[in-house]
Amino acid sequence: MIARAAVTALGAGAALTAPWWVANPYHLHVLIMAAIFTILALSLNLLLGYTGQLSLGHAAFFGIGAYTSALLSLPPLEWSFWIALPAAAAAAALAGWGIGRLALKLRGAYFVLVTISFAGVISLISINWMALTNGPLGLPGVPAPTLGPWTLRTKTTYWYLVLAAAALAFVVCHRLVRSRIGRALVALRENEPLAESVGIDGTRYLVLAAVVSAAMAGVGGSLYAHYTRFVSPEVFLFSYTVTMVIMVIAGGQGTLAGPVVGALLFTVLPEVLREAVAWQWQMLAYGIVLVVCVFFLPRGIVPSIVAATRRAARTAGGPPEMRSGSVGPLKMRRGPAPE
Amino acid sequence: MLDVSDLRVEFGGVVALAGISFRVQRGTITSLIGPNGAGKTTAFNAITGYLRPTRGRVAWDGDALGGRRPCDIARRGVVRTFQRTSVFPALSVFDNVRTGLHLRGAAGFWSVLARTARMRAEETRLAAAADEVLSFVGLAHRRDERADQLPYGEQRLVELAVAVAARPQLMLLDEPAAGMTGAEKERLVALIRKIRERDVTVLVVEHDMRLVMGLSEIVIVLNHGRVIAEGVPAEIRAHPEVIRAYLGSADAPA
Repeated sequence: MIARAAVTALGAGAALTAPWWVANPYHLHVLIMAAIFTILALSLNLLLGYTGQLSLGHAAFFGIGAYTSALLSLPPLEWSFWIALPAAAAAAALAGWGIGRLALKLRGAYFVLVTISFAGVISLISINWMALTNGPLGLPGVPAPTLGPWTLRTKTTYWYLVLAAAALAFVVCHRLVRSRIGRALVALRENEPLAESVGIDGTRYLVLAAVVSAAMAGVGGSLYAHYTRFVSPEVFLFSYTVTMVIMVIAGGQGTLAGPVVGALLFTVLPEVLREAVAWQWQMLAYGIVLVVCVFFLPRGIVPSIVAATRRAARTAGGPPEMRSGSVGPLKMRRGPAPE
Repeated sequence: MLDVSDLRVEFGGVVALAGISFRVQRGTITSLIGPNGAGKTTAFNAITGYLRPTRGRVAWDGDALGGRRPCDIARRGVVRTFQRTSVFPALSVFDNVRTGLHLRGAAGFWSVLARTARMRAEETRLAAAADEVLSFVGLAHRRDERADQLPYGEQRLVELAVAVAARPQLMLLDEPAAGMTGAEKERLVALIRKIRERDVTVLVVEHDMRLVMGLSEIVIVLNHGRVIAEGVPAEIRAHPEVIRAYLGSADAPA
């Protein structure tokens, strides 16, 4: 408990003072991307980690958020970022609701397929609907957010914006998970027939999780668009989704800290490798780190560390604590059929 | 009163239930018995919405259950357990029961996000209720252990605790004693009686005839998807057709 509070305080302190100790603006850029990916990983974790449903089209919600925000803040509408951001969340949430209604009747592998197809379709629309999206050329000149008299154009100010958004996303996840709603989601992951037998409405709660998850990814997309100031169909790349999945699984699915650690590690790692390793070995090294992670820490980094510290505390004669409530490896099946 | 009339279930061409009718009076412990394949679990699945019957009507207290989903049926006070051990494996025993309390909470999405005073009060109330259920079934000492780490007999008690937490009016127990030792069975019988004292009507599917005859007030016998007998345990023991159905079978009525 004390260790956890110390780690949290240390992390928060480091994050708040980052612009002072990160001298290189490029490194600050990497941190901003890490914060945006933290939001995305938290968003995916809500579905994958807590309900056990894998969305392999999560980049679609990210991209919908990015395009919505960009289109609303560009001419002719030129809405404020502070309206465009919630609108982006709402647009992504609407898409999440549709996908949830459609696909969560089937669950498991079918949900995975529907989300992949959805992302594919949305990506094609962004490439081909020239009049709206400007096609592959993308939408340049997305304005930086303004806050009263200030424009959040510098990396330092934007860092605080994304940091606040990531913190908010974390709080939302934390509150949802530690509630009756979170218990319902976990119950559906653990044993759906049993969950239904005590009155938990599977469809309703899975759709709710999909909506919240999509809205959060939409927020990530909006923040990305106003940061890079440019949106193109690349936001729908499958590699974004894969990155999110890696972050969640390697960090520790079904835990709150897992996606944060995963997002930080797997945003910073490629940059470290870029400086440490010749270019032709970068992806190979990334792959090796990933394989080592999954092989030696199959439940994820955070649950493994928690378990290790508890073991250490127990051998040191500390009080026995409850075992970690995290999950085993990714489950792709439906719950056991009732007898 | 649970009113089942003309309930029929077919799987492809196979008739699992050939249109059965029976009633379970409020406040009783009633057993549903019969040889393997008689259709007991099928009847449970059809009553609780896990299986859509081919035809027939099921009503609890005049409220039709047909065509409803399991979660809606639970909301109407009808809660079941499963034949194979069914808990939330990775959760603590305490969280298993808290999950069972789902319908006793009301906090919605926005009050959870705002963490309102009312939501926090509800969480405290639910935690206390969960502890109460744990002491009721005698699992308080296992509170913080993972459900799947418990010995088999205690996992079955967790199942019962989850169902009790849902505060049912009618509880359907599917082979609750399967795999239990003699001592565990005695505890189970006492527990089921205690549950009934809480104004819960109990319908049990069970193979252990000694347990059934000792526990139930009314016994309903199924064979080949039909009700062949219904009555108090003494009548069932002497019923010629029941004896014929069980003849040569290891679990003949004692």
